[in-house]
Amino acid sequence: MRTTQVKPRVTETTTAWRHHHILDIDDFTREEIELVFQTTRAMKEVLSRPIKRVPTLRGKTIVNLFYEPSTRTRLSFELAAKYLSADVVNLNAQVSSVAKGESLVDTLGTLQALGADIVVMRHSHSGAPYIAARYIEASIVNAGDGWHAHPTQALLDLYTLYEHKQNLKGLKAVIIGDIMHSRVARSNIWGLTTMGIEVTLCCPPTLLPLGLGGEQLPPVKIEPNIELALDKADMVMTLRLQRERQKSGLLPSIREYIQLYQLTEARLARAKPDALVLHPGPVNEGVEISPAVAHGTQSVINEQVANGVAVRMALLYLLSGSQKQ
Amino acid sequence: MSKKVIMIEEDIKRTLARIAHEIIEHNELLKELILVGVHTRGVPLAKRLAADIEGFAGVKIAVDTLDISLYRDDLSSLELKPVVKLTDITATIDGKSIVLVDDVLYTGRSIRAAMDALIDLGRPRSIQLAVLVDRGHRELPIRADYVGKNIPSSRHEEIKVNLKETDGVDEVAIIPTPSKEGR
Repeated sequence: MRTTQVKPRVTETTTAWRHHHILDIDDFTREEIELVFQTTRAMKEVLSRPIKRVPTLRGKTIVNLFYEPSTRTRLSFELAAKYLSADVVNLNAQVSSVAKGESLVDTLGTLQALGADIVVMRHSHSGAPYIAARYIEASIVNAGDGWHAHPTQALLDLYTLYEHKQNLKGLKAVIIGDIMHSRVARSNIWGLTTMGIEVTLCCPPTLLPLGLGGEQLPPVKIEPNIELALDKADMVMTLRLQRERQKSGLLPSIREYIQLYQLTEARLARAKPDALVLHPGPVNEGVEISPAVAHGTQSVINEQVANGVAVRMALLYLLSGSQKQ
Repeated sequence: MSKKVIMIEEDIKRTLARIAHEIIEHNELLKELILVGVHTRGVPLAKRLAADIEGFAGVKIAVDTLDISLYRDDLSSLELKPVVKLTDITATIDGKSIVLVDDVLYTGRSIRAAMDALIDLGRPRSIQLAVLVDRGHRELPIRADYVGKNIPSSRHEEIKVNLKETDGVDEVAIIPTPSKEGR
């Protein structure tokens, strides 16, 4: 038997990282977000290679557990896992035994028994990943839960901003649209605020989120007038407007929304000349954003998608070594 | 628990100059050569070697950087992951002669990871290895082509290479660590 084992020589470790799960980014520190940026940058180099694969997560099993339809998030996670050499299983809850009435907790028990190391989960109920995290030893990554949170989207948005601006502190961000029903907006409000960015929300008062300035969301500015909101902004994020909102009585008409809140070239001109335009997708061109802006020079919508894979690779890497808390 | 200094600034300078001469001697086609520094301290060492080679032979040598974190064989057993740094290989390595540069050669596992990482990036003509210190205790069949100094050491000692670029001072020291069972 060996009595002396050689201590691994690691010069710098991810001491800032303390997450076993990624449920939201409301509990991320600035140091953790910066570590995600640094790791993402290295992952982008891997993605630039002719052969985009590293052996890092060999032998790890990652399950994509999706209770809600998703194209880009699921694809993005699947590619991220594959590029890191993990084994990936996609479980579409609509066609699995969930459709036969299996509960979330039972499904998690099955995944645990099958040896899942990381479960990437999307669920239509806010808070579902928090319940999941209590019933499984694997790491849970929230890929969107109800209206609550979408932390990996917020991190890729932040990274896209960081790539262009480097120094985030003191920047001015505007989020326009249906903020109340947007998990992307909620997670972005946390992430942007943590990085010292001033956030202004711009939307009809009926679509403002609940709990602003309290425990549920940090304090932000509210400016319902889009021209005033965009004044000297460094980043503008528009959100997809779901047509059901009109039926639910929160909006008088889509036409009125377009008149008051669509991001057009003329309105974007109020922001700084180098302001970036982000959109979490899928885009409703001609509704929340004009086609000219969506495809314009300031739009980074396609970069967001590309960065999504690198950010998720970084997060899977950082999670893969975390110990159960 | 006192540290013992093995090399000071002058020693490191002289040693690197000697390795630079050896690299020139062993590589007729210097313009086909790329020095690849392994993060963290291999990077400044590679830069210094390239400057020496340019000084002695008048040929400018490309210096790239390599991070091995994603290729380590102990990732699942490490509680804290290494911070992944940027791998920056600017031109193709196909057909090139590569000199990997690292500060300390120990078990050989880092170099195994570095070779795997390099081979994922292309098909170099050859890979050579230059290290400032070889402290023994190899666990893999790996040896260095260029060794600054052989320092026979015990596993209970730490060999600490400090460089101006990363640590503010040029120095190689042995630091005894308390010999605990299972360390």
